[in-house]
Amino acid sequence: MCLAIPVQITSINGTEADVRVGNIVKKASLWLTPQAKVGDYVLLHTGYAIAIVDEAEAEETLSLFREMADKMEDQWQQ
Amino acid sequence: MATVDDFRRSELVAGIVSSINRHATREARFMEFCGGHTVAILKNGIRQLLPPTIILTSGPGCPVCVTDNADLDKAIALAKLPDLILVSFGDMLRVPGSCSSLQEVRAAGNDVRIVYSPLDALELARTNPQKSVVFLAVGFETTAPGVAASVLQAKQEGLKNYYILSLHKLCPPITKVLLDSGEINLQGLICPGHVSAIIGSEPWQFIAGDYGIPCVVSGFEPLDILQCVDMLTQQVAREEAKVEIAYKRGVTPQGNQTAIKIMEQVFQPAPANWRGVGEVADSGLALRPEFKDFDAELNFDFDPGPTKTQKGCICGDILRGVKTPQECKLFRKVCTPVSPVGPCMVSSEGSCAAYYHYGEDNER
Amino acid sequence: MPPIITTGKTMRDKVLLAHGSGGKLAHEIVRNSFVSALDNPILNPLDDSAIISAKGRLAFTTDSYVVQPIFFPGGDIGRLAICGTVNDLSMVGAKPLYLSLSFIIEEGLLIKDLERVVASIKETAEESGVKIVTGDTKVVNRGSADRLFINTAGVGIIPPKVDISGHNAQPGDAVIINGTIGDHGIAVLSQREGLGFATKLESDCSPLNGLVAEMLEASNAMRCLRDPTRGGLASTLNELAEQSRVSIRIEEDRIPVREEVAGACEMLGLDPLHVANEGKLVAVVEAKDAEAVVARMKKNKYGRDAAIIGEVREEHPGRVVMKTRLGTSRIVDMLVGEPLPRIC
Repeated sequence: MCLAIPVQITSINGTEADVRVGNIVKKASLWLTPQAKVGDYVLLHTGYAIAIVDEAEAEETLSLFREMADKMEDQWQQ
Repeated sequence: MATVDDFRRSELVAGIVSSINRHATREARFMEFCGGHTVAILKNGIRQLLPPTIILTSGPGCPVCVTDNADLDKAIALAKLPDLILVSFGDMLRVPGSCSSLQEVRAAGNDVRIVYSPLDALELARTNPQKSVVFLAVGFETTAPGVAASVLQAKQEGLKNYYILSLHKLCPPITKVLLDSGEINLQGLICPGHVSAIIGSEPWQFIAGDYGIPCVVSGFEPLDILQCVDMLTQQVAREEAKVEIAYKRGVTPQGNQTAIKIMEQVFQPAPANWRGVGEVADSGLALRPEFKDFDAELNFDFDPGPTKTQKGCICGDILRGVKTPQECKLFRKVCTPVSPVGPCMVSSEGSCAAYYHYGEDNER
Repeated sequence: MPPIITTGKTMRDKVLLAHGSGGKLAHEIVRNSFVSALDNPILNPLDDSAIISAKGRLAFTTDSYVVQPIFFPGGDIGRLAICGTVNDLSMVGAKPLYLSLSFIIEEGLLIKDLERVVASIKETAEESGVKIVTGDTKVVNRGSADRLFINTAGVGIIPPKVDISGHNAQPGDAVIINGTIGDHGIAVLSQREGLGFATKLESDCSPLNGLVAEMLEASNAMRCLRDPTRGGLASTLNELAEQSRVSIRIEEDRIPVREEVAGACEMLGLDPLHVANEGKLVAVVEAKDAEAVVARMKKNKYGRDAAIIGEVREEHPGRVVMKTRLGTSRIVDMLVGEPLPRIC
């Protein structure tokens, strides 16, 4: 459970980062994800980046969904 | 870059739903552990997309809801102390304790503040050196590492007026208790996505291994939840039981090791009181002895008073998954968001609040 | 800008209790800070009551403004006060004419802040074509008011044959909004301590009487008008559904929401449907006129993003339902309590 949203790191200053979602900018702590880099997407929860979003996995999951959508259409046409 | 909106796209829904329909040949009850999932399921009308063979049941995953009256009373008692600022996440304010709430205590003139992050509590400690700042630390493994980091930061800075009242709880232990109780019959578990982002998918192995129940870690967007249900349905159809991750962009088997280390550095497992269940060993987090200077329970003299429970409130049953909000005699009639009896109606991730706000149309 | 009040050799830059006492200092602040800015023949005599005349059905409304902070991106408490009352009058189809203006000032408020608010009131009153004709000033002890509270009352005339009320919605009617929702609430929240997010988003605080006049020209079958302020669009739709004993069905992907508002709501765990607006109106109009009304609205600067967002139905009176982007449906409830930023 837990409200955590994906945001993008726009700059880093020590353990603190500026993160952006849409055009909203906020501060986030990188204490829990010290390896995060500028440009990375992280999951933001109560002011901390709790995980780095794996963009490759995100794309792969979406591809999977697209495949499933295509497969369903094929079945329709049969 | 894939965005949050991509995981809400309506044109991708039908494909996943079609797969679920193909595989959902037997009746199956899945529990979504997490209150955030309960809300997402109702808000998006997920049940309307599922075949009647699939039943979704909400679980205990709302840390506000599972906070016992006795524990909330401690926070209320602390808030009444002079020269003390009680700092909390917003959700806790309207939860009724034995005879009061943090909101009422604030209205009576005591200093109770809402924050979004433990970092805000740290800042309050810095800017109010003559007062004690006590942070009401509620939350599961998603939230505990951040709170732990705030304690380490306070120690680093030499802050002497920052304290934690730890009501943190752990998810796998309570799940074991629910399964051992025999009260519910589950064919699958929708595992909490952000708790798992921290602890990984490994800690859920015992559910598949010892209980033979399929587990899939899910994200919170509608497509994520549908994908999770699809994967669970397929395991059920194949008579398998293993732990899988649907939410691959956020969760790995090992989780966030840095966060786990920080959490374990500051906290140790301790008994915790769960509403509706009682005390469960090693299911909560307490500050380690070397951090006793930050422990509100050890550093303040306060009396929470006798514990009372609200008559007729079945939040406990709802949290254990044995009753639904609609089965509560008080739901909608006496217990509403404006005048809540129990926490499930107050918390933004509470089952009762979710059913109240988003409707019963899709109730099973 | 009117000059800072001076008495003798001392330059006063703060409002004092004496300014509200009715004595010399009070007269000075009224003359220098208020009257010179809001100058009009009805106000100028400064009698105990303004004398006005108006013929026809009068609309009369009052509101108090306690927004915190008093200055926010895109507006301030002064603009808010005028727009709020002008819009309340417009929502019954009245042409707003005269406003009263009462200040409750916390001792210690900077005079320059007060004058900035008054300048904003003057500008907004001029834009809306209304006159401030009477007022009052009270000063209270430090701590007894949060810098500045304002109360306004307003009077307007409803043209003959115009009958707009929350009770008029009928099954089949179209539901229209004039633009993006949630802007004001998020702009104000962004200034609140402890939420710490930065955005260029501005409040949508604006007077809608001009827009309403044009909408009434485009259709003589306007059933309801309401401005979704505190409680947001969701609360307003629920009110209308309840008053008219109908249900309302809206579609999620037709509702205009700015990216910044959506992002902030995600971050804070809020629903844009529950966030306050100060420059928006919901219109219920007979379906046959809906397109024409929207087309006319889009020509007005406060209606550029106007859209039909749903329809009125007969079944389940009092209920508001939304078709989600996924094609499923869910109930849209009224806002309960204060939207607190949450975690989990």
